[in-house]
Amino acid sequence: MNIEEYKDVWVFIEQRDGQIIDVGLELLGAGRDLADKLEVNLCGVLLGNGVKDSASDLFSYGADKVYVIDDPVLEKYRTETYMKAVGDLVRKYKPEIFLYGATSNGKDLASAVATEVMTGLTADTTLLDVNLEKRLFEASRPAFGGNIMATILCKKHRPQMATVRPKVMKKPEPEEGREGKIIEEKITLKEEDLRTKVLEIVRDAKKAVNLEEADVIVAAGKGIKDEKGFNMVKELAEVLNATVGASRDVVEAGLCGHDHQVGQTGLTVTPKIYFAIGISGAVQHVVGMQNSDMIIAINNDPEAAIFNAAHYGIVADAFQIVPMLTEEFRKALKGEEAGGVTANV
Amino acid sequence: MSEKFDVIVVGAGPAGTSCAYTAAKNGLKVLLIERGEYPGAKNVMGGILYRKQLEEIIPEFWKEAPIERPVVEQRFWFLDKESMITTSYKGLEWAKEPYNNFTVLRAKFDKWFANKAVEQGALLINETVATECIVEDGKVVGVRTDRPDGEVYADVVVLADGVNSLLAKQLGFHKEWKPNEVALTVMEVLKLPSKTINERFNVKDGQGVSVEIFGDATHGILGTGFLYTNKDSVNIGVGTTLSGMMKKKLKPYELLEHVKQHPMIQPYIEGSETQEYLAHLIPEGGFNSVPKLVGNGVIVTGDAAQFVNAIHREGSNMAMSSGKIAAETIVKAKETGDFSERTLDSYRTEIYDSFIGKDLKKYKDAAHTFEENPQYFQEYVPLMNQAMNTFFTVDGTPKWEKQKKIIAKMTAGRGKIGLAKDMYKAWKAVK
Amino acid sequence: MNILVCIKQVPDTKIIKVNPKTNTLDRSSAPAILNPYDAHAVEEAVRLREIHGGKVIVLSMGPPQARNAIRKCVEIGADEGYLISDRRFAGADTLATSYALFKAIEKLQHEQGIDLVLCGKHAIDGDTGQVGPGIARRMEIPPLTNVIKVEEVDLEGGKLKVRRKIENGYELIQSSLPCLLTVEKEINEVAYSPLPNMLRAARYEPTVWTVDDLDDVDIKQLGLKGSPTIVGKMWPPEKSSGAEMIEGEAKEQVEKLLAITLEKRELFGVKGGEK
Repeated sequence: MNIEEYKDVWVFIEQRDGQIIDVGLELLGAGRDLADKLEVNLCGVLLGNGVKDSASDLFSYGADKVYVIDDPVLEKYRTETYMKAVGDLVRKYKPEIFLYGATSNGKDLASAVATEVMTGLTADTTLLDVNLEKRLFEASRPAFGGNIMATILCKKHRPQMATVRPKVMKKPEPEEGREGKIIEEKITLKEEDLRTKVLEIVRDAKKAVNLEEADVIVAAGKGIKDEKGFNMVKELAEVLNATVGASRDVVEAGLCGHDHQVGQTGLTVTPKIYFAIGISGAVQHVVGMQNSDMIIAINNDPEAAIFNAAHYGIVADAFQIVPMLTEEFRKALKGEEAGGVTANV
Repeated sequence: MSEKFDVIVVGAGPAGTSCAYTAAKNGLKVLLIERGEYPGAKNVMGGILYRKQLEEIIPEFWKEAPIERPVVEQRFWFLDKESMITTSYKGLEWAKEPYNNFTVLRAKFDKWFANKAVEQGALLINETVATECIVEDGKVVGVRTDRPDGEVYADVVVLADGVNSLLAKQLGFHKEWKPNEVALTVMEVLKLPSKTINERFNVKDGQGVSVEIFGDATHGILGTGFLYTNKDSVNIGVGTTLSGMMKKKLKPYELLEHVKQHPMIQPYIEGSETQEYLAHLIPEGGFNSVPKLVGNGVIVTGDAAQFVNAIHREGSNMAMSSGKIAAETIVKAKETGDFSERTLDSYRTEIYDSFIGKDLKKYKDAAHTFEENPQYFQEYVPLMNQAMNTFFTVDGTPKWEKQKKIIAKMTAGRGKIGLAKDMYKAWKAVK
Repeated sequence: MNILVCIKQVPDTKIIKVNPKTNTLDRSSAPAILNPYDAHAVEEAVRLREIHGGKVIVLSMGPPQARNAIRKCVEIGADEGYLISDRRFAGADTLATSYALFKAIEKLQHEQGIDLVLCGKHAIDGDTGQVGPGIARRMEIPPLTNVIKVEEVDLEGGKLKVRRKIENGYELIQSSLPCLLTVEKEINEVAYSPLPNMLRAARYEPTVWTVDDLDDVDIKQLGLKGSPTIVGKMWPPEKSSGAEMIEGEAKEQVEKLLAITLEKRELFGVKGGEK
């Protein structure tokens, strides 16, 4: 492998039902910085059926080029088709860095492509940079249960690949009028030769929890101890019309489902206000909520790491202060309800 | 068809594992059933391992067992609120083979020990609870576990399932322990750098200290505290009778906090980090509480048999010896194929002939003496401390006058005759 | 139907501690366990075997102690276990790991035939989920990741249908056999193992293979040498400027916090996430 031949930063642009989803745009923002530092092009990779027209939208988010394969066999994501298509593109155009959103399909694809083209892949990265001196991609992620950050390097193989979870990077503001080049490619696979088939996609519209879109999250950590403590947190959330989040310990203790889990192995959230109650602040949790607009931490340990991540901190016994907060908020917000703002509990 | 073994041992603590080890080594087909995730996961012990009994089972075990430190010094602290009297013996011959005793962490030690039994051919299964003995025609023929298809059979079932032995109770071997027959021990493992331990306890690497604490440690309840040095942690704990704790309305962790914050103790553990908190019932009843030990096809060992010397805080050594004797009894019985109570009864006689029986008999009244006469802890330890204070304070008073004062103080509390009586009783109890 | 399950022994990350001063892992504090997702994979394999016959074969790569993780699988009901263990495998990243496992699977495939491969969604000590799809690519069979339900296995028709978890829902996907599934915890509840399984597991000795027991192995693709990724550096997470602390008695703290948050009181009116 001649590493010198590999240029450009690529971003896999995932679409669902023909609509480009945000994570790809977020990664164009992150990829732009890397491409500028390396003085190379930033390229999007867009696969699907009838997606060609969306390709030009990517220029305003920072892409210089977009590789498009538009074919009926690519309508729904399947590992075998996407892996082949992306693998062919990589072999032909030789990118230096390749980023994927760490969604179900993004992770699946990246893993398959890494083996297809025999290169290194770092999962769930939270920090991306380049070492210009050595011209190396530095992909960092929390490691070992989430208490340390590790930088992973891929020295002798290209492309250097990483997945990044949704919402970890900020979606850039579109720059209207920005232009670029669309490069169309073909896929050689035929439907009748394929071994897998997506029969049905069921999206659960009335999902009980949707942390990712919540404006206010009240999250519980292992400091809340048991079900009683968890109910106390739930009560505060109810009064605030907030969604309940939880750290890994709380989920593993069985106090709530995995749908509520915030962090490296759960969801990444960016609410307007995030209450962290009895959460110690292990990196593995913090990476999932650090981009919230306002973080308020309540913990009885003044040394708790969560206070480094928070905007406001209260050192107090949650079992004392949370019920007080609930009561005071209830009083304060009661007037509003009467004033016409509808609560939806 | 359910499988049949020669011996099923319930509980992989020191008693059960000794039994399984010895039986397997003698060629018996042994099943060892442990309820914890692994042997040691649910076991608590102050952390002292006595050499002699384990050495009889595994010679020179210290060369490979996960021991923390050989104990080279035994200290005794008699605490009052802000003072203490100490006595100690330190002997560097204890720092050399064959050593005297050791500090161990049970989670590591029990795992190692059980693994030795497995090496001898015993079959160990974890995370399985024996829920009852299977009794047929008045004979114990196996155990039922909490697992599906959970029955398993054997010629003899050995109960080593701890102080609260459910199975022994079901067989009617003993009733619920009375609150004064069991002690509650609470302890913490506190992380400290080995260098700090060496400095604070004045030892070198590979040398350990055991401290037994009397007096203010237990709020005047019958019982003692302890402080043992591991490699890079210390075990601190306190054990008291359940009845005393109930009387004083104390919670176990409150008592332990009291010990940890005592001004005489606190400097030793300052800056440490709590690694584990453990609470465990320990039989303290002694000889008078020993249950029926043998039935048709069944033997009771270790804590389940209340083989604990409450005064000298020795349990694991008795457990190991009793497990070994149980195995030897079964090996002999196997030769004749007779596992009746009459044959297995040689276990009971051997136990009573061994140091276990002798020690239990020797101290049989001790616990009750102290239980019924709380002044030993509540009054004498403070009095001794005051006496020492009077004696050692340099204030120009002649020594003989000080002695007079001391005697006056000591007798003021209970009167000379009461004092003499108490001393005699205490002496009789522990002599 | 012969089902192969790839499993891993991992430190229990719930218990693992990091020394904040030296930043090293206190591995002694973390017991080694069977990766929880893999337990579900074995359970699923056992259930499929009960319906379709055949056997459940477990494969792992790791140090000799990993035999205990294989025994755990036998408790759950696996029939056979293989461990590939060799210093030359050490230091492998996901690419080198999938290669080593693939070479062992090839041998098993050749010896006994494999109809289906199962893996856990990911291992809790790495959370990458990359090895499963990597193995599938090397075997040239379809990978179906994040499976929450096996809907149907049509052995005669040589295909199966599964539900695959995706964001906000699932997809029903059909694949030809053999294929590889990675499973989520929701797929089943791991049953409490019957006593005969426990006894069998306690006695069970997995077959241990070294590199030399495998055929046509390219040593360059193994272990550290065969791993494109390396750990560059490790560091404790950056400390930000930290929170503005709200001091005072509890009552005061509550008042101050209310004052701050009620500036954004409109947020508390409409429930953001829940519908």
